[in-house]
Amino acid sequence: MISTKINDFVVRFANVNGTGSASANALFTKAVFRMGVPVTPKNIFPSNIQGLPTWYEVRVSEKGYLGRREGVDLMVAVNPQSMKKDYADVAAGGFFVYDSSKPLPPGYERTDITHLGIPMTELCNAQYSDARQRQLFKNIVYIGALATLFDIEFSVLEGLIGDQFKGKEKLIEPNITALNLGVEYVKQNFEYPLPLRVERRDLLGDKILFGGNSACALGAIFAGATVAAWYPITPSTSVVDAFAKYAAKYRVDPDTGKNNYAIVQAEDELAAIGMVMGACWNGARAFTATSGPGVSLMNEFLGLGYFAEVPSVLIDVQRTGPSTGMPTRTQQSDILLAAYASHGDTKHPLLFPATPKECFEMTADAFDLTERLQTPVIVMTDLDLGMNDHVTDPLTWDDSRQYDRGKVLSADQLDNIYSNGSAFNGKWGRYLDVDNDGIPYRTIGGTHPTRGAFVTRGSSRDEYGVYTEDGAAYQRNVDRLLRKWETAKELVPPPVFYSAPRLGDADAEKAETRPVGSVRDGVIFFGTSTDSSLEALELLEAGGITLDAMRPRAFPFGKAFREFVDAHERIFVIEQNRDAQFRSLIMIELGTDASKLISVLNYDGMPITADNIFRQIRDRV
Amino acid sequence: MTYIRSTFRHPALPKNELGYTVDYYEGSLSTLCAGCGHDSINAAIVEACWQLNIEPHKVAKLSGIGCSSKSPAYFLSNSHGFNSVHGRMPSVATGANLANRDLTYFGVSGDGDTASIGMGQFVHVVRRNLNMVYLVMNNGCYGLTKGQDSATADMGSKSKSGSVNLFEAIDLSSLAIELGATFVGQSFSGDKEQLIPLMKAAMKHRGFAFLNVISPCVTFNNNVGSTKSYDYVREHVQVTGTVDFAPMMHEITTSYEAGSVNDLLMHDGTEIRLHKLAKDWDPLDRISTINAMQKAKAKGEILTGLLYVNQDANDLHDVLSTTDKPLNSLPQSALCPGFEALEKFNASLR
Repeated sequence: MISTKINDFVVRFANVNGTGSASANALFTKAVFRMGVPVTPKNIFPSNIQGLPTWYEVRVSEKGYLGRREGVDLMVAVNPQSMKKDYADVAAGGFFVYDSSKPLPPGYERTDITHLGIPMTELCNAQYSDARQRQLFKNIVYIGALATLFDIEFSVLEGLIGDQFKGKEKLIEPNITALNLGVEYVKQNFEYPLPLRVERRDLLGDKILFGGNSACALGAIFAGATVAAWYPITPSTSVVDAFAKYAAKYRVDPDTGKNNYAIVQAEDELAAIGMVMGACWNGARAFTATSGPGVSLMNEFLGLGYFAEVPSVLIDVQRTGPSTGMPTRTQQSDILLAAYASHGDTKHPLLFPATPKECFEMTADAFDLTERLQTPVIVMTDLDLGMNDHVTDPLTWDDSRQYDRGKVLSADQLDNIYSNGSAFNGKWGRYLDVDNDGIPYRTIGGTHPTRGAFVTRGSSRDEYGVYTEDGAAYQRNVDRLLRKWETAKELVPPPVFYSAPRLGDADAEKAETRPVGSVRDGVIFFGTSTDSSLEALELLEAGGITLDAMRPRAFPFGKAFREFVDAHERIFVIEQNRDAQFRSLIMIELGTDASKLISVLNYDGMPITADNIFRQIRDRV
Repeated sequence: MTYIRSTFRHPALPKNELGYTVDYYEGSLSTLCAGCGHDSINAAIVEACWQLNIEPHKVAKLSGIGCSSKSPAYFLSNSHGFNSVHGRMPSVATGANLANRDLTYFGVSGDGDTASIGMGQFVHVVRRNLNMVYLVMNNGCYGLTKGQDSATADMGSKSKSGSVNLFEAIDLSSLAIELGATFVGQSFSGDKEQLIPLMKAAMKHRGFAFLNVISPCVTFNNNVGSTKSYDYVREHVQVTGTVDFAPMMHEITTSYEAGSVNDLLMHDGTEIRLHKLAKDWDPLDRISTINAMQKAKAKGEILTGLLYVNQDANDLHDVLSTTDKPLNSLPQSALCPGFEALEKFNASLR
């Protein structure tokens, strides 16, 4: 028997890529959002431009669960290539929507699901004469049909179409016509609405629907990045695309019409990070965005940045590795690569955003951190976060916030050092640790005619920047870098702690806390594992399993991180890679006993689900 | 190398217009081999900057890795330097220049650093017409790793150990012209008279100024049979033209023997006067330059002088339409859209 599901179901669209389905499907997500109901879309797309299967999965969740969920309640199957499998994927009791312009071939006779045939091609061929329109509007026809089937208010769709084609008004009417073709067909041929239904709610408040890559780009704009250098690579390309779009909007000098920014598409990732480092060395704020293969290439420069103490911001939108791997699938598998990138003893601060809001904030913070710490900082996002829209809290910016440019000496400060000595004893040294926090004072070229010049280099040097092969001087320098690492622990964002039971909400400020250690076992998750982990914690709690939870937001790990690990007997570490890289990072940095850390992994390239986490933990508690 | 540096300077050393004597432009003591061509080039850089009345702190010195790339330490001690990673100086220079367009960027590289590991970045920095001087100290070998052939070693050139290079040489100057470099000069470390004015013109050029300077390696590639030895280069150099340089509003007074003379107005109002000694070749014309270089190559000659110049091309800042102020000097108020803009942005995402 088909049960009624109000605001709690999963729809999957099976399309051919390059047919215009993406914007139509996004329209569906946005409609649910405007009905005031939490919604999570996931793009599941091929590394291909045109002709291969692509899916778009939308979860609607009254309870606000924003992770992926297993099982498809309604399939919109408009791709003959994948239809057999799509058909099989519909959960019992579910619905199968297909283009009935041609009858279904034999083999589509399931009795546990409802078949809803809509002659999309026929309807469009009758309505439109242009071949491209016939194809594009097929997508809009099924959106209209779904709206009626799910009881989504038609005015919401009209509003969205109006917004989408603002300035191109003549496109509004044919889109509305296409929606109506779907609406009318459903009304005349099926019982509607379905037991799967969207009911208007007010569950979203002032939340927004936004993608992580765009959020990172906007964070870079707000943080004052003026130079972006990059090399195209999925899934990071849209970071710089968005930066270009926002820069054109916010960064063109109104008086001269000239750009207060520069974007260079580099010849490769080595050049991209080199440009970033050159710009940061010269006192600008600069960043690059890439994915795992790009980080591999950037290793050499990251080592230089660490050792020569040059700031730079790198956004790593992780994808499924190793090597080319699955370029359009997600993973959290660059953790160790990024943490220890380059030869010799190196380590780099990492930030782990879990929401687009955090992508915005952490990218902005990364610019302050990299200049404060004078070392590269890497923002570790991933394809799931970057290339999908997410319901997230509105972005905020405190207008009283001043950029932290770190320890950069002005001409006056340099003169003071030489005239009255101070902590420098009358002579500035680029690598002198006068504050005992491991962070020296830097100078920017062009500042002072006779003071503060030095040669930045990747070779060993003494406190005054002079080349040396003296072992003691080398050791003093790398030991100071360790002091700086300790300082970094206090500067990076602290972990967020969660106590079950609570509704899935990744927002740090809303996280509740209870005394650490009141529960025997704990769980650690980060980034895009967060939503599903929080949902899994509720499922576990309902089954009588209570766990404390910590979401680290940065590397290196500080005091609170260690206390959480020490306070629990066993800790489940949830992450999206094969080799439990985050678990290794904990073992390396904290010396934690391996038997204490139990891995919960997902590495098929799809975002981790709550069901998966629930099963893995339940079976091992 | 020597490890003793004389601090004595002639008391009557002349001062330039800024009131500095030439020693103000020196760097730290060189650690290169005695007689290394690179040291002559470094001395020429010092002299050129002094003559040009450049404020050293308004220069940024950049390099990759290798003997040549150590050079930035040996000139302009009041300039910031960046001895980066092997073959990657162009990208660092690009970023630095984007951050602050007001400095003069002087990049020093070698034939290994440019023609092998750095070839990718080299060709692209040329294409972008980055406003910088890119000087290759070209000795045809890897000095720091004891004399292996580099990609600019001529086919048939013999190394110190007697092995013969079997591969075609990369001609960096031809390549630079082919890729759209807007200033290409070639010279010899042993010819200061030619090198200094050439450097001055290169520094005044707005756009990518490439200087390919043959600079013999006295330790590993100065033997009989090498085409990059002092003797060989001296015997095969063909001086194609000389360059005079006149600061803004000053008259060019140097007189040369009769010949074709061309005055070029640089972007800041200074002028360079080009004396052409070779016939049938116009350094303002790319095709004629390429022809002249191909002919010289066939004859086994090394053309030196200002080979090609184009004053009218857009540099990277022009292409990107960046603001005239250095990007690193823009205040937060010019960069951050602020809360109100963000609220509007949020509203567009609902």
